[in-house]
Formats: sequence, structure tokens, C-alpha cells
Amino acid sequence: MSVGEIQVAIKSDQDIVSARQKGRLMASEMGFSSGDATLIATAISELARNIVSYAHKGQITLKMVNGTNRQGISVIATDNGPGIPDIRQALRDGFSTSGSLGLGLPGVRRLMDEFEITSQPGRGTTVAVKKWRQ
Amino acid sequence: MEVPILKQGAVLIATFQAALSDADLNQLRMGLVQQVVKFRSRAVIVDVTAMDVMDSFASRTLREIAHMIRLRGADTVIVGIQPEVAFAMVQLGLTLEGVATALDLEEGLAYLNEKFKTTN
Amino acid sequence: MIVAKRNETSRETMTLNNQAPELARSEAPSELLRELVAHLRQNRTQLREEWVVRISETRLLTAMTKEEIFAEATSIYDSYVEALETEAFEALQAYARNLSERIIPRGVETHEVVGIVLLLRDVLARSLFAKYQNDFKKLNRILDAYEPAANRIANTVAVGFVQERERVIRQQQEAIRELSTPVLQVRERLLILPIIGVIDPQRARQLTEQLLRGIRTNRAKVVVIDITGVAAMDVTVANHLVQTVEASRLLGATVIVTGLSPEIAQTLVTIGVDLGKMNTVGDLQGGIEQAERVLGYKVATLAEPEPR
Repeated sequence: MSVGEIQVAIKSDQDIVSARQKGRLMASEMGFSSGDATLIATAISELARNIVSYAHKGQITLKMVNGTNRQGISVIATDNGPGIPDIRQALRDGFSTSGSLGLGLPGVRRLMDEFEITSQPGRGTTVAVKKWRQ
Repeated sequence: MEVPILKQGAVLIATFQAALSDADLNQLRMGLVQQVVKFRSRAVIVDVTAMDVMDSFASRTLREIAHMIRLRGADTVIVGIQPEVAFAMVQLGLTLEGVATALDLEEGLAYLNEKFKTTN
Repeated sequence: MIVAKRNETSRETMTLNNQAPELARSEAPSELLRELVAHLRQNRTQLREEWVVRISETRLLTAMTKEEIFAEATSIYDSYVEALETEAFEALQAYARNLSERIIPRGVETHEVVGIVLLLRDVLARSLFAKYQNDFKKLNRILDAYEPAANRIANTVAVGFVQERERVIRQQQEAIRELSTPVLQVRERLLILPIIGVIDPQRARQLTEQLLRGIRTNRAKVVVIDITGVAAMDVTVANHLVQTVEASRLLGATVIVTGLSPEIAQTLVTIGVDLGKMNTVGDLQGGIEQAERVLGYKVATLAEPEPR
């Protein structure tokens, strides 16, 4: 099975749109249902927006991944921004997203099957998420 | 990308395209409120049928539009949210609380007509 | 060394097929395998016959006719020898899946498939014993080459069968799930969703997606979700229910939840689920009456017209 990989540089809000469009296309081509493709595209949109809002620039990498018996899509968002000082707090469900800018990370976690985050204050943040095809 | 705003009697109808950027959304927010003032509109319908992703920013902008328009004494109805988009939105915790919603443009107009009747 | 390597790779059955060919030992195993394959080709008719006899003696594949068994046995035998020869297992794997697809609906069980492959392995091993019984050293080397390959073949076929079976089961589960969540239109613009049984996250999602599609295609304005038949409700299920209600509203539909038992209501309040977001009515009938009021119909009982 060939491994497809797409990289999208995120520098402006326009790139958010193009990253999620590429993600949706890739997910559809891989055979994800359109419901799942929507969840994936939405997660990409949130991750790309975090990059623009907090780090100004970064990168989204979309990759096809193989697990035992199943196939999935991996989305990795990296930046060299200020980092997140308190990851635990960032992952806590505010639930009232009203007003505050919010990192949207708990939401992204719910949209996807796997979620991993590493962040170093002053160095940057990497969020890696995966969704498996049902 | 320009968002077309159509004037239909006392109602303004804004139709969203699929690939709206944050800047487009911000522009639309200002544009809509200005037009409501200009035409003394009673209501705004925002048609999002073409949007295939509604993330937290888009959702927040819609809420802000609705609140600003309410401050002008007019109503807002969001119409055309796709089933899959609605599912993703609730997963993200975005429920557009306090904003009226309807299935499509036709339903949105029907809702407003009903409302105008009772407030006239 | 080689044993250790094999253990390492056999943890994940999928990688079995990609194993690198073994390193040459004192005598090239490929040489021995070639000799072995030639022997199995020469004696194909006899060995296959013997195998088929053993299959019927052991009362395996009883759901199949003699002719069917013979036809399958021929294909399996040839694929088996080919896999020994080429050490490429893709063809065998594809064949195993194809075979499974055909025989699973006939009720063939896992132990039967594993059983016949092991029988073939033994029949062939016996013939090797017979051929090399006078040269014990050579027999040993031949078996060294044969056994790992034969075990990999057995493994491949068994895994292929089990995977196919799991796929069939998944498919059936899906079909059952679809059947178990009917979205019913009782009158124009009014849908009823009776939920029965246990709700897991996967089913909850399917239910929500089906309902949302139903709202769109039927242009529904009101939905009554009846949970009288829901066995248990925990915080996860309750949250799913709340999400379903919220998603429906985003499409412009009002949801009324009926059939919430006092016990469940008590539980929900205790765990702190926000019932304020839910429009609840005691039973299904009451729910439908309220739905009709929302739609603008007047509800009246024949004996005693309602004052409103």
C-alpha cells in the first residue's frame, strides 16, 4: 500500500481553508464516509486556526496510515510558536466556548479517534491526531 | 470572496460560499450590520447550505452577527446547516445557543412571516 | 537466532507474509524446498486423494458435497505447493479469503478450515518421511525447510478465514443496527424515533446521523425520541442524547424526549446531566400530542374537548 502524504504550509487564514479542503479530499479518496470526512475537515480547520492564532505560521501534514487490519488518516499540526504553558488546562472542556478564543483542543479530541500533544513553552507545539476508517 | 446579500422586502438574505476565510467572515459581519441599518431591515437570514465545515470561528461569527443584529432590533435566522456539519458542530460543543435556526431558506422565511404576524 | 527472529515477527500476524526469506544455513534451504516441491508435484494425484479421504474420515467440511470438497482440495493443494515454492503468500492469502467468502455462508466453522490445512500438512509430512526414511539426515534438513513454511501457510489460511468471518459479522451487526433504529414519519413534518436496547457510542452516532438525514429528507419540524425501551442510561449515553437534541435544533427541528423513567431521570439528575436542554414529556402519546401542538394542530379528545 502506497503511503500518501500532503504538506500544507499555514501562514494565513486562507491556508486554513485550503488545508481542510485537502484533508476532506484525502479522506474521501481513502473511503471515509462523508460524515467522517466532515469531522476530519473540521478538526483540521481547528488545528490550522490554532497555528494562525497563536504561532502565526506552521505546518499541517496529512498522511495515510496503516494499522493492524485498518486504515486511517493522520493529521499533524506543528508550529514553532510560544507553546502551551498548561496543556492540561488547554485540554479541559470549557464547554462555554462563547466569547473566549479558546484552543478548541478538547473539541478536536472528540472529533478524532486518537489525540497526542507535545508542547514546549517558547519552542512550539505539535498536535498529532488520527482517525480510523470504520 | 464576496458574500452576496440579497434584499427581499424587510428581510436581508446572505448566502455563504463553501470556502470562506476568516477575513471574509469578518467582512460579512460588518457588511450585514451596516445593511440592516441602511435598509431598516426587520430580519436577516444567513444561508449556510454550501458550507461543508463549520468550525469554532465560523460558529462564533454567526453568533456575533445574530447578537449585533438583535441590538439593532432585528432577528437573525441561520438556515441550511447540513446534517453532517451539525453533527460535527455538536461534537465540538458549538450549538449556536440563542440563535434561531431553520431547515432551509423557505423554512426560514416561513418562520419570520409567522413571527412578523404575531408582533405586528 | 532464527527462532528468536521468527517469534519477533509472528506477534503481528499480518507481517507474517512479508517476512524476509531466511538466511542460508549450511545447506541452502531453497535447494531443499525445490526438491520438496518437485516431489509434491509428482505425487499430486495420490497425495490429494489421500488428503480428501482423511478429510471425510475426520468428518470435516460436512456441509459440502464430495465434488465440492474435491474441487476445493485441488485448488488448495496447488496453492499450497505454489506458496512453498515461491514463498510468496499473497496468492494464497487471496485464495483463502475467496474460499472463506464462499464457505462461510454454508456454515463451515473455523476449526474445520484449520483442521483441513493441518491434515494436508500432515499428509505431506508423512510422504516426506516415506521418501527419505533411509536418509535420516536429509529428512531432518527437508523437514527443517518444510515445517516453517507449512506452518506459515496454515497460519495464513486460518488468519484469512477469521478475518473474513469478522468482516461478515461486522456487516451483519451493521445491518441489525440499521434495523434497530427506525426513523418513522407519523405525519407530515413529524418524526418518531423509538430507541430500544443498549446504546453504545457507535450506535448513538449512527442513530444521530440517521435522524439528522431523516429530518432533512422529510423536512421534519418536530421529532419525538422515545426512550421507553432503553435498558440503561449512563452519563455517556445521556450526553449523546443531549447532542442529538442539539444537532436536531441546528437543522431547525424541535426534539421532544419521552419515556424517561423516574429511575433514569433520578440517575441523570444525580450525575448532573443538564435536562434543561431537553424537552421531556412522560409518555409517547403525550409526546405526540405536544408535537402536534408545536406543529399547530389542535388536539382534542372526543369525549371532552380541551378548553385550549
